[in-house]
Amino acid sequence: MRVTKRRCPLSDSTTAVQTSVHEDVHRPELLHHFANPEQQRDSASLGMWIFLATEVMFFGGLFCAYLIYRIWYYADFAAASKSINAALGGTNTAVLICSSLTVVLAIWAAEQSRRALMLAMLALTMFFGLCFLGIKGVEYHDKFVEHHVPGPTFSFEHEQIPGHPGQYANPQHAEIFFALYFIMTGLHALHMIVGLGIFTWLFVMAWKGRFTPEYHTPLEIGGLYWHFVDIIWIYLFPLLYLIDRHP
Amino acid sequence: MATTTIAPAERENYLNKEYGLGSWLLTTDHKRIALLYLISITFFFFIGGFFALLIRLELLTPAGDLVQADTYNKLFTQHGQVMVFFFLIPSIPAVLGNFLVPMMIGAKDLAFPRINLLSWYLYIIGGALMIHAMLTGGVDTGWTFYTPFSTAFSNTKVIEAGLAIFIAGFSSILTGLNFIVTIHRMRAPGMTWSRLPLFIWAHYATSIIQILGTPVIAITLVLVVAERALHLGIFDPKLGGDPLLFQHLFWFYSHPAVYIMILPSMGVVSEIIACFARKRIFGYTFVAISSLSIAVFGFLVWAHHMFVAGISVYAALVFSLLSYSVAVPSAVKVFNWTATLYKGSIHYDAPMLYAFGFLGLFTIGGLTGLFLACLGVDMHVHDTYFVIAHFHYIMVGGALMGYLGGMHFWWPKISGKLYPEGWARLAALIVFIGFNLTFFPQFILGYLGMPRRYYQYPGEFQVLNVLSTAGATVLGVGYLLPMIYFLWSMRYGKPAPDNPWNAAGLEWQTQSPPTTFNFEKEPVVTWEAYNYDEIDAGHKEEVPVVG
Amino acid sequence: MAGNVDALFIFLVIISGLMTLLIFTAVIYFAARYRHQRGVPAEQIEGSTPLEITWSIIPLAVFMVIFAWGAVVYFKSRTPPRDATEVYVVAKQWMWKMEHAEGQREINELHVPVGRDVKLIMTSQDVIHSFFVPAFRMKQDVLPGRYTVAWFRATQPGTYHLFCSQYCGTQHSGMIGSIVVMEPAQYEAWMSGGSTGPLSATGEKLFAELGCSTCHRTDTQGRGPNLQGVFGKPVLLQDGRTVTADENYIRESILDPGAKIVNGFKPVMPTFQGLVSEEQLNALVAYVKSLSPAAQSATKTANAAPQGSGTQVQ
Repeated sequence: MRVTKRRCPLSDSTTAVQTSVHEDVHRPELLHHFANPEQQRDSASLGMWIFLATEVMFFGGLFCAYLIYRIWYYADFAAASKSINAALGGTNTAVLICSSLTVVLAIWAAEQSRRALMLAMLALTMFFGLCFLGIKGVEYHDKFVEHHVPGPTFSFEHEQIPGHPGQYANPQHAEIFFALYFIMTGLHALHMIVGLGIFTWLFVMAWKGRFTPEYHTPLEIGGLYWHFVDIIWIYLFPLLYLIDRHP
Repeated sequence: MATTTIAPAERENYLNKEYGLGSWLLTTDHKRIALLYLISITFFFFIGGFFALLIRLELLTPAGDLVQADTYNKLFTQHGQVMVFFFLIPSIPAVLGNFLVPMMIGAKDLAFPRINLLSWYLYIIGGALMIHAMLTGGVDTGWTFYTPFSTAFSNTKVIEAGLAIFIAGFSSILTGLNFIVTIHRMRAPGMTWSRLPLFIWAHYATSIIQILGTPVIAITLVLVVAERALHLGIFDPKLGGDPLLFQHLFWFYSHPAVYIMILPSMGVVSEIIACFARKRIFGYTFVAISSLSIAVFGFLVWAHHMFVAGISVYAALVFSLLSYSVAVPSAVKVFNWTATLYKGSIHYDAPMLYAFGFLGLFTIGGLTGLFLACLGVDMHVHDTYFVIAHFHYIMVGGALMGYLGGMHFWWPKISGKLYPEGWARLAALIVFIGFNLTFFPQFILGYLGMPRRYYQYPGEFQVLNVLSTAGATVLGVGYLLPMIYFLWSMRYGKPAPDNPWNAAGLEWQTQSPPTTFNFEKEPVVTWEAYNYDEIDAGHKEEVPVVG
Repeated sequence: MAGNVDALFIFLVIISGLMTLLIFTAVIYFAARYRHQRGVPAEQIEGSTPLEITWSIIPLAVFMVIFAWGAVVYFKSRTPPRDATEVYVVAKQWMWKMEHAEGQREINELHVPVGRDVKLIMTSQDVIHSFFVPAFRMKQDVLPGRYTVAWFRATQPGTYHLFCSQYCGTQHSGMIGSIVVMEPAQYEAWMSGGSTGPLSATGEKLFAELGCSTCHRTDTQGRGPNLQGVFGKPVLLQDGRTVTADENYIRESILDPGAKIVNGFKPVMPTFQGLVSEEQLNALVAYVKSLSPAAQSATKTANAAPQGSGTQVQ
């Protein structure tokens, strides 16, 4: 008898399934160690929420360091913040919010068995993600050209502190701002890229017809991850781009 | 009941189900992954132990005459990094936890078996990178890699070691994540929270620390690596940064990390004491809640490592006060374990000897923690051998004794073989004696003023150092013995019955060794944990039957 | 101070010893007394909430006593007496450079008179070090980029170990020295031999050489604040905050003048980061301190006969 890789529910024998005529009454997605689909879905969901908690702690440490320096060097940070492009940042915020909407719509489409809409929304999500990365690339390029990338080429001389004419920012403190700016947005962008990878895989699974109204757990937990990356940006944007900005 | 029906070797189990390297390296069976971890962490234990041996040899004489200063600095750094990140933190959770958590709750596997395998691979990759760093120059920053020394002054492989630990950290995070989801979602019918073995409670608390704390050291490492590679100024005062910020970020994880190292061991001790005293742990609820309290309070005390670092007096007062709060649940547990012995029916098998050793050594280690939490004393003993003695009492006297006790207790289940009881008891005794001889003199050395991380020292400290090194040799023998006889038992040991100790717990309801999916039928639990009265009522003969 | 630490330590040893004895005795006694016997099953005891509460509350109470006592000792050790003699310490890989206020410089050795309060104002040139004198039961990390302060009063003449106790690189274990405590007469003799003059005088010269006096004039016409009497007093800043002008404030004002602009002044002071060494900074700080009446009287008392013998025990 061939040993199949078919998964079987809990009550079967403990040895590998060795049958060629096993009735697949259960969904192929049900993994062997789970008792039922609900347990599997709940586990996946809890697992993703816990993972997001670890991400909160990860970014949290970084945000902590940022907040401390921002309090200590407020004026210098304000000057440095002025030099990054809030319009581009704002656009990116809108792009990400739209992408979160398309994710929600993709999940809704799966629940409604609307395959075309689901695929379209997934594709649109990825498109928005790519837009985000593209705009980020433009921003990074601007910073590179202006010599605001920390390191040997860094220069931040004679930059006015907003609201204090005649007062100039301390370049060392500004360099700390930019170091944190690049690390924070860079890590965020890295998470976006991973997100794009996840959604590519989700798209392929969706294309192959794996998602149904009863089972679309990967979409849900992939969506959770995407929303989280979005939320991180929603914090990053005002923290980094909007220090001491006045209309 | 103890049976020796079918010779276990003939029955299919998780070990003989499939052969071949591929079946091991691509396994998703939590029990096989546990063994993969067992081999890996034992390997790293040898490496860390080798460094310790060299350290103690150097410290036999006041002069720095065995190795050069730079070499010595790498020895203690790498001893710490390897032992903390690649031995202690994984040890019980990744070996015993992986093996037992699903079985104890009546599940077929962990919630995410493939992520479990990924955890091991991340650990291996991190470990390989660490070994590479050590072989191609080493690291000399101390395991605490304080800035600005680590970011702007050290000429060693700080970045590589940092990345290695970063990667290994994700192994820890994923293990914790897996355990929490498993314990929440995959308990068998009837296995309510209040029926869980205390081993599970301990691992649950540990996992909470792993998922919330480890990401912070991860980001700290990212910042250190970035600062070092790009000459940033986040932690460097010459560039506007603050070295104390590093210390806060570092200790925010590294203090809870010590609870990652001790809580699982406490879980093991609960299981062992209950079994070999043949009764339920006294104050089960309080012990469970204490585990959670330790996890929570452990996050509130990190700056007690920084009392003389330059923090404000008021911050120091707050952290000292909070540090005493975390001492209470630990003390409560010791009292509960001791009370469990009262009116028990106590057997002196090797696992129980290790548990007794734990009680003694953890008590001493924990009490010396009170010294360190005390501001007035810490001023004097901080960064001296007093601290080294304190944490070795907890981590080696506590965590490692628990690990060894657990390995002995569950060895029959894991391997299907019995270890030689006489040798095991001897080893337990040798470890206890050797340990005290190694580390007790260090309390005195510390109070006399010998700083840590010194490879040369004033002559008046020599006698105590010689005592300590002598103890270390004895301790080494004590550790070698189990390695030898466990290996020996796999070939020549007597086949183990399914439940040699007549222990409570679902894991003992399976065959030894278990089958791949653990249970033939999903268990339905209708009894409380540690129902030794019911178990022993059913037996006329002496229990347990082994040894 | 050392005596207080020892008393506290002995108290802790006694408590720990008692606790250890208690646990060890209980475990050994129970293990022997309740060794398994044929036909005698274990008695299943669920627990006892009153007992749990008792053995939680009592340890907690004891811990609070330990905490409070330790806090008092610590507070005292981190609060230098007002008129202590000051010594500036600069740590660097791998040596200790001491500079007495009167100008004597030492390397790896610190001579002090017995019975005198000595306050150490310390900074590091490179990495974190730690100033540890086991005999005095004192330790304080020495940080780059700022001053940390410690103090002691030696009560017995003698030579005592000085260790660096924060790992700082290759020669961390070689960064050791001695504190030499002398009788007052001996100390005076030692003091009179070879000095470049008081630190504050060196600072005064530097103050002129670096051009500080151009803006920090003693009248109200200067572009910078008048520094007479500023040390130790509160300073109102431009952003509304008030800070105390301590050593760290003076130091920061020299290296990063834009960090705290004094109210009513323009942010025009250039930075001296990279232009002054730690020793020069110490001299400048000493000079600014000397412009305060409190400091002047402190220097007077410091140079007078030493205080009465302290109550501490070595």
